[in-house]
Amino acid sequence: MKKIFADIIIIGAGPAGMAAALKAGKMGIKNILIIDRMPEPGGILQQCIHNGFGLHKFKKDLTGPEFANHYISKLGRPNIKVMLHTMATELTRDGKVIISNDTDGLVEVTPKAIILAMGCRERTRQQVSIPGTRPSGIFTAGVAQRFMNIEGYMPGKEVVVVGSGDIGMIMARRMTMEGAKVHAVTEILPYPGGLSRNVVQCLNDFDIPLYLQHGVVEIRGRDRVSGVKIAKLDQAGNPTNQTFDIDCDTLLFSVGLIPENELSRMIPLELSPITGGPFIDDNYQTSREGVFTCGNAAFVNDLADYACMEGEIAGEAAANYVNDALSSEFNMRVVAGCNLRFAVPNFLTGKAPVTLYMRVTQPMVDVKITSTDNIVNIKQQIVKPSEMIEVTLDKAQLAKIKELKEFRIGVTPR
Amino acid sequence: MPETYDIAIIGGGIIGNAIARELSRYELKTILIEKEIEVSFGTSKANSGIIHSALHDDMRTLKGQLCLRGNALWEKLSQELRIPFERVGEILVARSGSDIPVLKKLLDNAKTNKIPAEIIEGSRLHDMEPNLSPEISTGLLAPTAGVIPPYEMTYALYENAMQNGIEYLLDSKVTKIVRDQKSFAITAGRSEIKAGYVINAAGVYADEVAKLVGANNFRIKPRKGEEYILDKRLDNINNHIIFPTPTPTSKGILIIKTIEGSTMIGPTAEETSDREDVSTSDAGLKKVLDFVRTMIHDIPKKDIIASFAGIRPVSDTNDFIIEESSKAQHFINVAGIQSPGLTAAPAIALMVVNILKLSGLNLKQKDDFKKYDKPHRRFSLASNKEKELLIKLNPTFGNIVCRCETVTEAEVVTAIRNGAKTTDGIKLRTRAGMGRCQSGFCLHHVMKLLSRELNVPEETLTKRGGDSLVVREKRLPAGRHG
Amino acid sequence: MCPIGCAVTVKSDGSGNITQIIGNKCKKGETYVRDEFTNPMRVLTSTVAVEGAAISRLPVRTSNVIPKDKLSDCMNEIQKVKVNAPIKICDKIIKNILGLGVDVIATRDLS
Repeated sequence: MKKIFADIIIIGAGPAGMAAALKAGKMGIKNILIIDRMPEPGGILQQCIHNGFGLHKFKKDLTGPEFANHYISKLGRPNIKVMLHTMATELTRDGKVIISNDTDGLVEVTPKAIILAMGCRERTRQQVSIPGTRPSGIFTAGVAQRFMNIEGYMPGKEVVVVGSGDIGMIMARRMTMEGAKVHAVTEILPYPGGLSRNVVQCLNDFDIPLYLQHGVVEIRGRDRVSGVKIAKLDQAGNPTNQTFDIDCDTLLFSVGLIPENELSRMIPLELSPITGGPFIDDNYQTSREGVFTCGNAAFVNDLADYACMEGEIAGEAAANYVNDALSSEFNMRVVAGCNLRFAVPNFLTGKAPVTLYMRVTQPMVDVKITSTDNIVNIKQQIVKPSEMIEVTLDKAQLAKIKELKEFRIGVTPR
Repeated sequence: MPETYDIAIIGGGIIGNAIARELSRYELKTILIEKEIEVSFGTSKANSGIIHSALHDDMRTLKGQLCLRGNALWEKLSQELRIPFERVGEILVARSGSDIPVLKKLLDNAKTNKIPAEIIEGSRLHDMEPNLSPEISTGLLAPTAGVIPPYEMTYALYENAMQNGIEYLLDSKVTKIVRDQKSFAITAGRSEIKAGYVINAAGVYADEVAKLVGANNFRIKPRKGEEYILDKRLDNINNHIIFPTPTPTSKGILIIKTIEGSTMIGPTAEETSDREDVSTSDAGLKKVLDFVRTMIHDIPKKDIIASFAGIRPVSDTNDFIIEESSKAQHFINVAGIQSPGLTAAPAIALMVVNILKLSGLNLKQKDDFKKYDKPHRRFSLASNKEKELLIKLNPTFGNIVCRCETVTEAEVVTAIRNGAKTTDGIKLRTRAGMGRCQSGFCLHHVMKLLSRELNVPEETLTKRGGDSLVVREKRLPAGRHG
Repeated sequence: MCPIGCAVTVKSDGSGNITQIIGNKCKKGETYVRDEFTNPMRVLTSTVAVEGAAISRLPVRTSNVIPKDKLSDCMNEIQKVKVNAPIKICDKIIKNILGLGVDVIATRDLS
């Protein structure tokens, strides 16, 4: 097997990975290897032809490809080697990475640091246990997006979207604009799963009905989907007898994203059962020294903007690690308290400033975000599970946190 | 196409292909006719891959005898076909005190039939199966039970049969059979086939095919079974195939250790009149989970990554029907092959050859029977060294198409060259699409390869033939505008 | 609902005049809501067929917002287009679409 060395290997050349590569490069790292299984960098952004990217990072409203281009155009530096059409097949216990492509075959990379930026995959119909037949015409929304925007195929003509995640809503609009009829978007929760902006611009704009607290309980069709049965759900989420049928030939599933961590498990890395990604500190370093993660592989982000910001932190930290300059002052666990599903990073090391990202378990209005000893005390008008909350801690706050026995943060009504 | 075939086999499932391969050892002109676009798309598409020990079977039945005989043939067959076979063993557990006498009786039967079996109790049982619910303290172990990858096996039979001259007519439903003095004239799809002998291995439609020549002295009573597959990451739920103590009518719902190392639970058993109904159901899932959780408490529903259902071709005698029809000479029924059909397959094939012999067919063995020519094993199971050699021979082994199951472009292309035309065909042969993302990543790659190799536009590709187009039309602009 | 996510309430007097706007976090929000109410505008994004490149669709966008009620007509125009590689990001694919003073531009390079 061919053997090569790298200072940093970055697995995934999506927005997070590219941001990490560029940051590490800026910090003087000489030998950065970034790999991606697709034939071009940009990750999922290349198929996200809609706008809405860059609002936070660049204060511009960009499409996915435009956002990706911002990074791709800078990748051609001598200290960054990009290997495309290349998949990482194994992360060994002793810190090596085995990669594979059809020109070099299997290659063993020995890196000083690893950045995991594999992104995430979509939850499937099978994983939400919808019974019925298994005909063609069933796609996860992202696969339909790929078919439409890159391959140029219409996945179908009469569509029902299952799940009001962002990708589902975006695709509801996309398919409508290309001549399909989207009959409904169903959502098992009593509130939408994606951004409010998308409810307005993807569903309301096109008069596509959103059935909250409804679920698809049966899929019919022998060779191809012919229809679905939709049921209203009760408070506990169980189907009631109020059902109706919709004839359709296509089902799009937008029922959640799962951080892609099969490689991480090989090391093995401890994964959080709540985020699906590795436990991380504020350097985005995992439980294994020298292994960092960022973007959707760490936890599901709402926006590529955040993925990039995390990529920069991971890139910088990995660079510091390579230069033996990564230090931590303390190691304080961040406990997700009241009404929070999770808060990341999971550990604080004293780095300032640091941004915590968290998600609430249910939509709430007129809340305050507070922490142990009131070190954090922020008012917020609206919070929703589909929209991550950011809390930035400064030096002064971290100095106080250092002295605590436990740092717990939560959201409570005012 | 020769004038008249010696033999026409109707039905391209496990049984049809096992018979075809066995017949390919002889100097005969044989054709296999299958109604779906690919072989193994009927009942065999839902096979669990279990090689039974014959512990459950009554040796007065054909099922029982052929199961026992078949079980012993699997080492040789799996070696010849170069597919994995593991005698993981089965344990029938007592879930209540009243089960124990039943197990003891089965043990006696096993001894009579020379099937290795023993009662395992207490801590010894729990050492073997640490996750068994603590209330269970007695089990009957039959170490000769095993598992294989059923689809790989069927395709290996099919490919070896083709290598040895068996012709295949696919996508052709048999609609008419006319018998004259010398032969049968079979209308299948748009073709007319003449054959001296017909072997009816048409699964759930065996009675309808037999009816075409008046040879239907039996009826098929379809029985649906649903199965659920757990994420293969959970590879230490069970070590053996775990059965409950059987009832007089059913083996029960099982916790299966697949050859992949993952766990599969099921099957249910539900009479149905719809021979094409392969839908899964909430009720089915609940039944399966409730039942298996009496044997292993913590089977997690959230880790179910796939489910499927199949129709068992149960005959109204509840036994195999393998005989030359008394109503139509030279028409051989091989019907009612429900479980343990897979186990019995090699024995069934030999039995059919014998029936042909007794019926007067001249069977001359070839001296150039070609061994199954599979050059390598699955890339994902190869060692790094083997992988490198493969990549050296063919760089497209370095191109991973299916991330979840590590399936390479080379393997997908080989599958297409060996007859796969649909995305399900690729899935069954290579496992691309069977993993946790359920073809989310590989679907468009597979379609590109199918389109390239078969030289057809992607929008004509189907999931499994018929109307199951994967996508609809390509969007082309109406005109040109600069 | 503004693009950043604030839920804004608009009260009008029934004949199309806005009497009150509450809930926006910034001035941009107020402007956005006024526009949404009186004359909603949208960015249109889609793809056009492209030949001679590694992929078969070129993603495009309108260079600026266009009236919401013109989305469908613009889509019809875009669906007629086929371009040839190479394309550079920001290349004008359709100039001044439907006379709205807005171009349809490429959002990526394609060689």
